Amino acid sequence: MTKEQRLKKRYAAETRFKRYGIISICAALLFVGLLIFKVLSEGSSAFVKTSIQLELNFDHKLLNISEKPTKEEIADIDFYDFTLQHILKVYPTSNREEEKQLIKLFTSDFEFEVKNYFLSNVSILDKIITLNITASSDLDQLHKGNYQRNIPEERRKISNFQLAIYDQLIKNKKITKIFNNYFLTKGDSRNPEIAGIGGAMLGSFFSILVCLIISFPIALLAAVYLEEFAPKNKFTDFIEININNLAAVPSIVFGLLGLGILLNVFELPRSTSLVGGITLALMTLPRIIIPCRASLKAVPPSIREAALAVGASKVQSVIHHVVPLAMPGTLSGTIIGLAQALGETAPLLLIGMVAFVVQVPGNPLDPSASLPIQVYLWSESAERGFVEKTSATIMVLLGFLIIMNSVAVYARQKFEKKWI
Amino acid sequence: MDLRVNQLTKISAKHLNVFYGQKQALFDVSLDINQNEVTALIGPSGCGKSTFIRCINRMNDVIDICKIDGEIAIDGKNIYDPNVDIVSLRERVGMVFQKPNPFPKSIYENVAYGPKIHGIAQNKDELDSIVENSLKKAALWNEVKDRLQEPGTGLSGGQQQRLCIARAISVNPEVILMDEPCSALDPIATAKIEELIDELKQTFTIVIVTHSMSQAVRVSQKTGFFHLGKLIEVGTTEKIFKNPTNNMTQDYITGRFG
Repeated sequence: MTKEQRLKKRYAAETRFKRYGIISICAALLFVGLLIFKVLSEGSSAFVKTSIQLELNFDHKLLNISEKPTKEEIADIDFYDFTLQHILKVYPTSNREEEKQLIKLFTSDFEFEVKNYFLSNVSILDKIITLNITASSDLDQLHKGNYQRNIPEERRKISNFQLAIYDQLIKNKKITKIFNNYFLTKGDSRNPEIAGIGGAMLGSFFSILVCLIISFPIALLAAVYLEEFAPKNKFTDFIEININNLAAVPSIVFGLLGLGILLNVFELPRSTSLVGGITLALMTLPRIIIPCRASLKAVPPSIREAALAVGASKVQSVIHHVVPLAMPGTLSGTIIGLAQALGETAPLLLIGMVAFVVQVPGNPLDPSASLPIQVYLWSESAERGFVEKTSATIMVLLGFLIIMNSVAVYARQKFEKKWI
Repeated sequence: MDLRVNQLTKISAKHLNVFYGQKQALFDVSLDINQNEVTALIGPSGCGKSTFIRCINRMNDVIDICKIDGEIAIDGKNIYDPNVDIVSLRERVGMVFQKPNPFPKSIYENVAYGPKIHGIAQNKDELDSIVENSLKKAALWNEVKDRLQEPGTGLSGGQQQRLCIARAISVNPEVILMDEPCSALDPIATAKIEELIDELKQTFTIVIVTHSMSQAVRVSQKTGFFHLGKLIEVGTTEKIFKNPTNNMTQDYITGRFG
């Protein structure tokens, strides 16, 4: 082979190698793009809801109270009957069955919507007000175009009579799409139109908080001890190998540990974010210790020597110099560890956080769900209304993960000191 | 020949053997270092001169596998005595390293750190004056007085090394150890440091490891030549460089090996 041929071959090989790289990156981007497209196209509609404009006459006679009602009277108002009277005026019905079908176009929670509105605006007494009442999930799905109208009635969730009402409402411009305030604030529900991820978000927040409070100090101290103080012997090596192994243990095993120890031995309350957080902390510990150690190791030895040479003790040199210098790496490692914990499902299933919780938790000792668990729960639901909610929850979860990871990257780049 | 026979001995090493694991790095080194003098240690790479000065402030204690046998006395007291507190020893024996290693903090913080942890300054004003004096002694004050809050790592190499010297003298030590302090510097910065060393010997006892023969001649009064972990020859700098007794010393200083 001549020199020119060899040269040509080498150039060809380099071009080929570059192309393989570009193809791999394109493939990876394609999959990410598909995921995001699927989630966005399915989930974004969950952030809006369909509502029906309902004219309500807050006449004191209709509310069955006196002109100047006392608090007791207001508390006793039957908003169900009151609202029902108005709902039945929306469209003429001829029998009980048709009435039922009409009522079913509204959310089952309509009386609370009216009640809450009235209680926060008592001055509307004796006035006629038009309120946006949340539509039922079926009407919502129909309006969003997820139900087909041209299939036989018995296979439809919406009857012909309900379709007629819907068309009438559309004609009168009574149906609007508004921001779905329930989705981000409410707890879980059997009715998709009033189900939300507020409870799951708070549950996740409490779990991650507990996880952070437990795992960060322990992981940092363990890493500092192993890296700076531990004698280099077989036992230290043994611990190091075990930490690396623990980081690779399937998370469901930690769930079993949480079930066996935290729930059965210590009898901590089941389904709570406290137990979830502790279980996640067990899982996250090795995953934080490893980057903490790496960032401590990356602090140049010359800094330790400089501190020791002016007469700092070992502990002073570590606390004053090494740990602060390692902090950016330590923090970003912790945030990434927490982001992993945030997306973790399996260990939480085992400690009972998979329960159906309607109440939004007020503290870590309340039963609650978490975001990935909510995805799991809703993805098993047959109702069409939960499909978009599942995707929307994934969007929220991914949003949090992206934010956390960006903060980690930013923290590392911003605060990392450059040394010569 | 030795005109400084009346000099006080500050540091005295006796039969020092140092091992790194199985490997012996120093063999039976005995060396006296005089007060307020500059003692230069020369020799080829790996000959044990750095190991020797790191024994004087027990910096080798940091290395797990390092075993030290023998005795080093400062002012007649063995520093390897179990009762000796290593932190107060290092307060008395400062060190400047081969590569400038300022803390990634402000210039002020770099110098103030030592006095702070040893509680030398009672208040902020005292600390300020310690920082100023140390920087003046290290011939750096005029260059940095207007930017004390800027990071020490932003200075030039020569300035960084003088900052490290200022940091070392801020705790008012008796001895300063310098491990090839000019090896990472250009000739102009080197000249400044050498000038500084000459100045500092009024106050401190200085031990300097150097690869530059000419530097040893310029700054030191006494020179020790190490080879393969053994102290081959020691004497006044004049004698070592003009009239060495040992052939190996002769060969090394004339550049025939090393």
